[in-house]
Amino acid sequence: MDLSLTPEEESFRDELRAWLEENHPGPIPQGGDQVQFEFERAWQRKLHDAGWAGVSWPKEYGGRGATLIEQAIFGAELARAKAPRPANVLGLVMGGPVVIAHGTEEQKERFLEPILSAEEIWCQGFSEPESGSDLASLKTKAMKENGGWRITGQKVWTTFAHEAKWCMLVARSDGDAPKHKGLTYFLMDMEQDEVEVRPLRQITGEAEFNELFIENAYVPDENVVGGEGNGWMVAITTLMNERAGLGASAALGLSQALGELIDLAKQTGLAEDPIVRDKVARLAIGIEGLRLGAMRALTATMKVGIPGPEGSIAKLQWSSTNQALTELAIEVGGEEALERDSMWAYRYLRSRANSIEGGTSDVLKNIVAERVLGLPKLR
Amino acid sequence: MNFDFNDEQREIKSTAREFLASRFKPEKVRELAEADNPYDEALWKEMCELGWPGIAISEEHGGQGLDTVELVILQEELGYVLAPSPFVSNAFAGLLIEGAGSEEQKARWLPGIASGEARGAAAITPDAEPIVGAAQGASILVLNEGEGGKLVEPADANLERLDLIDTTRAYFRVSADGGEPLPGDVAPAVDKAMVALAAEQVGIAQRALEMAVAYAKEREQFDRPIGAYQAVSHRLAGMLWDTEEARSLTYFAAWAADAEPGSLPLAASMAKARASDAATSVTNAALQVFGGIGFTWEHDLHFLLKRATVGARMLGSPSRHRERVASLVGLGAGGATR
Repeated sequence: MDLSLTPEEESFRDELRAWLEENHPGPIPQGGDQVQFEFERAWQRKLHDAGWAGVSWPKEYGGRGATLIEQAIFGAELARAKAPRPANVLGLVMGGPVVIAHGTEEQKERFLEPILSAEEIWCQGFSEPESGSDLASLKTKAMKENGGWRITGQKVWTTFAHEAKWCMLVARSDGDAPKHKGLTYFLMDMEQDEVEVRPLRQITGEAEFNELFIENAYVPDENVVGGEGNGWMVAITTLMNERAGLGASAALGLSQALGELIDLAKQTGLAEDPIVRDKVARLAIGIEGLRLGAMRALTATMKVGIPGPEGSIAKLQWSSTNQALTELAIEVGGEEALERDSMWAYRYLRSRANSIEGGTSDVLKNIVAERVLGLPKLR
Repeated sequence: MNFDFNDEQREIKSTAREFLASRFKPEKVRELAEADNPYDEALWKEMCELGWPGIAISEEHGGQGLDTVELVILQEELGYVLAPSPFVSNAFAGLLIEGAGSEEQKARWLPGIASGEARGAAAITPDAEPIVGAAQGASILVLNEGEGGKLVEPADANLERLDLIDTTRAYFRVSADGGEPLPGDVAPAVDKAMVALAAEQVGIAQRALEMAVAYAKEREQFDRPIGAYQAVSHRLAGMLWDTEEARSLTYFAAWAADAEPGSLPLAASMAKARASDAATSVTNAALQVFGGIGFTWEHDLHFLLKRATVGARMLGSPSRHRERVASLVGLGAGGATR
């Protein structure tokens, strides 16, 4: 057991830290979603020019070929520097890795570079109004047509759809096959009239997500990934494409938020309140547990290829801790924290989605029960 | 970075698992727990032959010279089988003397503690009521008082056996007027002791989790194994969460104890608080999974639950440790707490 960084890991961190100090673009500018998005796009270009976009991607595809530990360091350092997220986060984390794992040589040639440079933004069309946790029940249809496919259906929770050039879309290409077998993974061009994007306003008032209405949209055969009927397998590898370092950077983000909460408690005179202190300590322990669990999972993944049981609970830990943290901030911050333009009110409301997005806590507990503990399935 | 045991540590773990499984079978633990003296001298001798009492004591004083991580590995396994043994109390005495004793004190007491032939027992507690396991039969007692500590010969101490719910260990209240002060700072040794106790709690939680999972797979109601119901399976998933989070914090604190001592105070209190909560909540949740049978004396679960509950109080309650965490993470000193 040795939790210190190797000299290589240390020099990776130092190089990145120095680069971030020199190249941090400053705070996100005011002026609305579009201004913010262009700012994030410019930031990704800067990362890419210096070879910091797609750190986990193999070098031959324009990435840095970083180890899992280095990826964790990368996430943590960006969080530490409070750097903005890169604009094309779904392309970097899901789209690129899927094309690298399942794509043809032509697809790699065509799609990878514009993902890294943020020239082409990617979105993900998986969930549907009637297919949330039970994703494989999705109904969007793909019909064969000369040299391609016609897609019809509805998708929901599509982040970045209004900015995206490409949509990673799973549709039912064979209605007669069993539900997991009849799916195909497409890369759909968003720039066609047959795709309509409608923003979904959420409880925070903003619109991060969209609905997609797809009416006979066209996808050529060369944009099928992983072959007809293999959509479930391809989609699963994307979902399982563990975002290495996610736990580490999530823990860092949480400990920054905890620091702000502690300052808030001092300002509002509650720093000596024993109940507040107990709750803060519970949060600090939960955050450290998440950070260390992520490190154990990384070690296990590097050794045996899959994360250990501690990795499967990281999302549960993160969502519950972030929700509890923002709840305490609302309690400690008093009336001001409840005002509509308060940062804490925003974080409190936004964190309500944490236990739903990216796998609900309820489904994650099913997964832990079945796959880690080996309990029988209810179905 | 490698957050896992190395080959030698793995070897220690698997040897301990195998040895303890054969020596401390549930029926043996029950027999000892129901006896007046829960410690079996023959089993203690066997542990001594394996060199366990000296695992974390320096080689110059007759120990194996290994680190807190190795001590934690043994302590987790001892907790897993709920071994009635003076091991932990002797280990605490070793930690305090090695950490804060004079050269003369170390030379005098550590070899016996390391070999187990003249074992020690330590009362370490920030609580008002010191409790110490295994004081009877010890050659030397180490009492922790505030920032300092002192050595007391058993003949000069007042030992009162406590009749606690956990009968897998012998607990005493110890007091003594005189004694020989330990010249050094006991704080790091006390923190290491907390980590060792946290490891025991992790072992207890792991055992209760495994028992409950096995039962949930086999027990059928309404024509299905109860583990198929989400009310039960989600409870078990939560128990895994508690256990693994406690384990991560405990292993980190064990590593930090020797490799990054500056991080030890915070890490030790985090580990002790979380592991104590995990052990009590997991054993309680296991009882709910077992239902009525888990509430009977004939079932083994109550021994785990009781050890977890007493262990949570030893070396400071979870609330006290969270108060220390609050101070150390930036809230500054607080008022009085329990």
